[in-house]
Amino acid sequence: MDAIASKSISSINLSIYRYDPDSGKKPYMQDLSIDIPEGQDIMVLDLLNMAKEQDPSISFRRSCGEGVCGSDGMNINGKNGLGCITPLSEALKGNKIVLRPLPGLPVIKDLIVDMKQFVDQYKKIKPYLINDEEKPEREIKQTVEEREKLDGLYECIMCGCCSTACPSFWWNPDKFLGPAALLQAHRFISDSRDTATDERLDQLEDAFSVFKCHGIMNCVSVCPKGLNPTKAINEIKKKLVKRAL
Amino acid sequence: MAMNGKGEELDASKLKVLEFDGIVVGGGGSGLMASLQLAQSGFKTAVVSKVFPTRSHTVSAQGGITCAIQSADPDDDWRWHMYDTVKGSDFIGDQDSIEYMCQEGPKAVFELEHMGLPFSRTEEGKIYQRAFGGQSKDYGKGGQAERTCAAADRTGHALLHTLYQANLKAGTNFLSEWFAVDLVKNGDNQVVGVIAFEIETGEPYFLKSKATVLATGGAGRIYQTTSNAMINTGDGTGMVLRAGFPVQDMEMWQFHPTGIYGHGTLVTEGCRGEGGYLVNKDGERFMERYAPNYKDLASRDVVARSMMLEILEGRGCGPDADHVYLKLDHLGPEIVHKRLPGITELSKTFAHVDPVEHPIPVVPTCHYAMGGIPTNVHGQVLTQATDGTDNVVHGLYAAGEAACVSVHGGNRLGGNSLLDLIVFGRSAGLHIENALKDGITLSKATNDDIDQALVNLNRVNISSTGEDVANVKSELQKNMQLNFGVFRTGDLMEKGLVELENIREKTQNIHLTDKSSRFNTARVEALELLNLIEVAQATAVCANERKESRGAHARDDFQERDDDNWLKHSIYFADTKEVTKRDVNFRPKTVQAFQPIVRSY
Ligand SMILES: Cc1cc2nc3c(=O)[nH]c(=O)nc-3n(C[C@H](O)[C@H](O)[C@H](O)COP(=O)(O)OP(=O)(O)OC[C@H]3O[C@@H](n4cnc5c(N)ncnc54)[C@H](O)[C@@H]3O)c2cc1C
Ligand code: SF4
Ligand code: SF4
Ligand code: FES
Repeated sequence: MDAIASKSISSINLSIYRYDPDSGKKPYMQDLSIDIPEGQDIMVLDLLNMAKEQDPSISFRRSCGEGVCGSDGMNINGKNGLGCITPLSEALKGNKIVLRPLPGLPVIKDLIVDMKQFVDQYKKIKPYLINDEEKPEREIKQTVEEREKLDGLYECIMCGCCSTACPSFWWNPDKFLGPAALLQAHRFISDSRDTATDERLDQLEDAFSVFKCHGIMNCVSVCPKGLNPTKAINEIKKKLVKRAL
Repeated sequence: MAMNGKGEELDASKLKVLEFDGIVVGGGGSGLMASLQLAQSGFKTAVVSKVFPTRSHTVSAQGGITCAIQSADPDDDWRWHMYDTVKGSDFIGDQDSIEYMCQEGPKAVFELEHMGLPFSRTEEGKIYQRAFGGQSKDYGKGGQAERTCAAADRTGHALLHTLYQANLKAGTNFLSEWFAVDLVKNGDNQVVGVIAFEIETGEPYFLKSKATVLATGGAGRIYQTTSNAMINTGDGTGMVLRAGFPVQDMEMWQFHPTGIYGHGTLVTEGCRGEGGYLVNKDGERFMERYAPNYKDLASRDVVARSMMLEILEGRGCGPDADHVYLKLDHLGPEIVHKRLPGITELSKTFAHVDPVEHPIPVVPTCHYAMGGIPTNVHGQVLTQATDGTDNVVHGLYAAGEAACVSVHGGNRLGGNSLLDLIVFGRSAGLHIENALKDGITLSKATNDDIDQALVNLNRVNISSTGEDVANVKSELQKNMQLNFGVFRTGDLMEKGLVELENIREKTQNIHLTDKSSRFNTARVEALELLNLIEVAQATAVCANERKESRGAHARDDFQERDDDNWLKHSIYFADTKEVTKRDVNFRPKTVQAFQPIVRSY
């Protein structure tokens, strides 16, 4: 808040990636100058909404405005993040900000990418509880400690920031499951109520699914929810190795 | 043929057609519960959602799902929950529906747990339950209850992702990022599907179905300050009103006490459930004065009004004395971090304070629509005949926040929405399943019927001059905020109603400048505005008509509850803009009805 006030910036130079394949035009960067209310720290998404008032054809996804729905993953001055919870004061370089779509996925229009590959990888890991046992009338019991194992895993909002920052995912988006899907895989492997751990590990055993992760940690540094896919992937690797012994 | 820049008019012959046994419009908690039921029974089911399902607003729900599952208290009783809900509703909740919800609830919650929902746990390994506002034991005589089942403060996220995952497993078809425009109605006043377009391509379709469920969620975006997602524009409500069917109790909007000051983002009532409380500028815990028994856990309408009174009487905090503080710092980092991690994040991001150290500045924020599309307990949409009797609209169902099965009446209790979603999402699914098994026959829609449902879309598509969508929207929101907020009075509402007529004129004359086909969010926003105006006007007319104070509806000029005239639902049709009354149900099946008493906390 104060950073902006003291610099008393009132005009922001926004450079935004524009592309509509139907238009026949190549992608280009559109430059806009946007006046922001002084002394208030707005979010990148607020800036985009103001830009859209100037030019209603600018397209981006948004819904919750509070970092829980995962709609507005984008590349902000070179780093993936959510527009709605990234304050301008953090994102600005001087008074300039460059917004691009998440890298590595096909662009549908402007900041909107096609999430199909990302979601397909998620679906592959069977992202649902498998428990073939007879269900009790009440809840399946789980201790506080067992439940704690899911912390840091279940909170993923499927924004795609991590996987689209991951070089291994860029090169093999159809084979390497990517950090988000692997985090989910680990969420179900770790759930004391899930009875399919072995099948899940079987599926992850081939050379690509897990082992293409080289621990570059891009995923960790961009995750807006502070999750740690690298750690989850290492846990899976450990389980696979232990099982092989 | 995708919609394009040439401004061509669409008609029935230009639409692609897809056919399903059941269509659910909405991929939030209620929609996904209905679709799960249908898909599991093997019927061809599609979920139509304008956003990828896990982006739906249910994901934002924080505090939990209220249900007498007897975890925190083995003696808890669904009847106590029913009593609280009836009282919370200020006695215009339908008691047959409330009974059904509270009684069926535990089964539905355990079902969610079996699906994998990562509930927080007690030491005995059971589902963790916390205290929420308006909860009592023993019909109000046994003190505060702890009845809200929670997954930390991310219950909505956990619930929505679990339901999405279960639908993947069940093989539900998802038409993700498709926008439903209007209902298709045949000559017999039956609903046979919807007009929708795929947002990515701009390709319009007639989605034909034997049963259509509207699970389109809330409409908080009619107000300027709201906890609601930007997509909460009351689309289902707009569709129903345009199709000539009524809405119910639209004046009843819940203002949640603790919206983050300056932003509207919510911090859950669970904060107060965990021991947080509100203070004014003198550091006084003022709720002790307004609600000596339940204090900060009085019902939401009561707390929100108390806060506004503190502010109006000059005891607000900050340089403009226009908010109060929510104190959590006395709870210690352990509780705050373990039970309220999401709140910590939100507070740091939007209020720039760490709640472990400093109180959070808060003001009431528009949060929830108690009113909506009237239905029975099976989710069947109801319309009212001229003689006042209820008629079922064949082919049409509604569930969730868009619906008004009326379990919330004049005021919803915390955690009761998520329960409403899953109980009535499921009961709608069940009813459709059985009806499909028995065989549903609806007469066919003619091309004229279909063209009728294309009128709005065409108007927007061919517009060549006219009003700017963003400007008209902001005018509408300001008007609602100013004239139909926490406190209401006849003079202001009359003024607001006149302004709304002007705004409606403008919405009939909006100009879509960008007519491209591909992912045209400007087109979506223009169509959403046409729904916002329907919801806003319904709200305004009903609020002015209900000449009493009840639940969330507080009038300066009629400060008392008037049971002689208004122990009733309000029913509103868009074509006449008139309000009629509908009886409240006082006939639960297994318990004695709860009679209206003075509501104190
Ligand atoms: C911040 C916050 C916290 C909350 N916390 C709680 C809580 O702790 N406990 C509780 O019980 N309640 C809580 N609530 C209330 C509760 O979350 C909502 O009432 C509930 O989630 C609504 O669910 P729904 O299924 O009706 O609709 P939503 O989840 O809003 O879903 C609506 C769906 O309809 C789709 N849709 C809408 N229009 C169209 C269209 N034209 N075409 C296609 N698709 C469309 C959307 O894409 C979306 O999928 C909270 C609400 C807020 C705002
Ligand atoms: S740590 Fe692994 S998953 Fe994460 S970015 Fe690097 S390679 Fe990708
Ligand atoms: S792990 Fe983090 S960055 Fe990746 S999809 Fe989930 S929330 Fe987004
Ligand atoms: S808009 Fe929901 S995460 Fe940003």
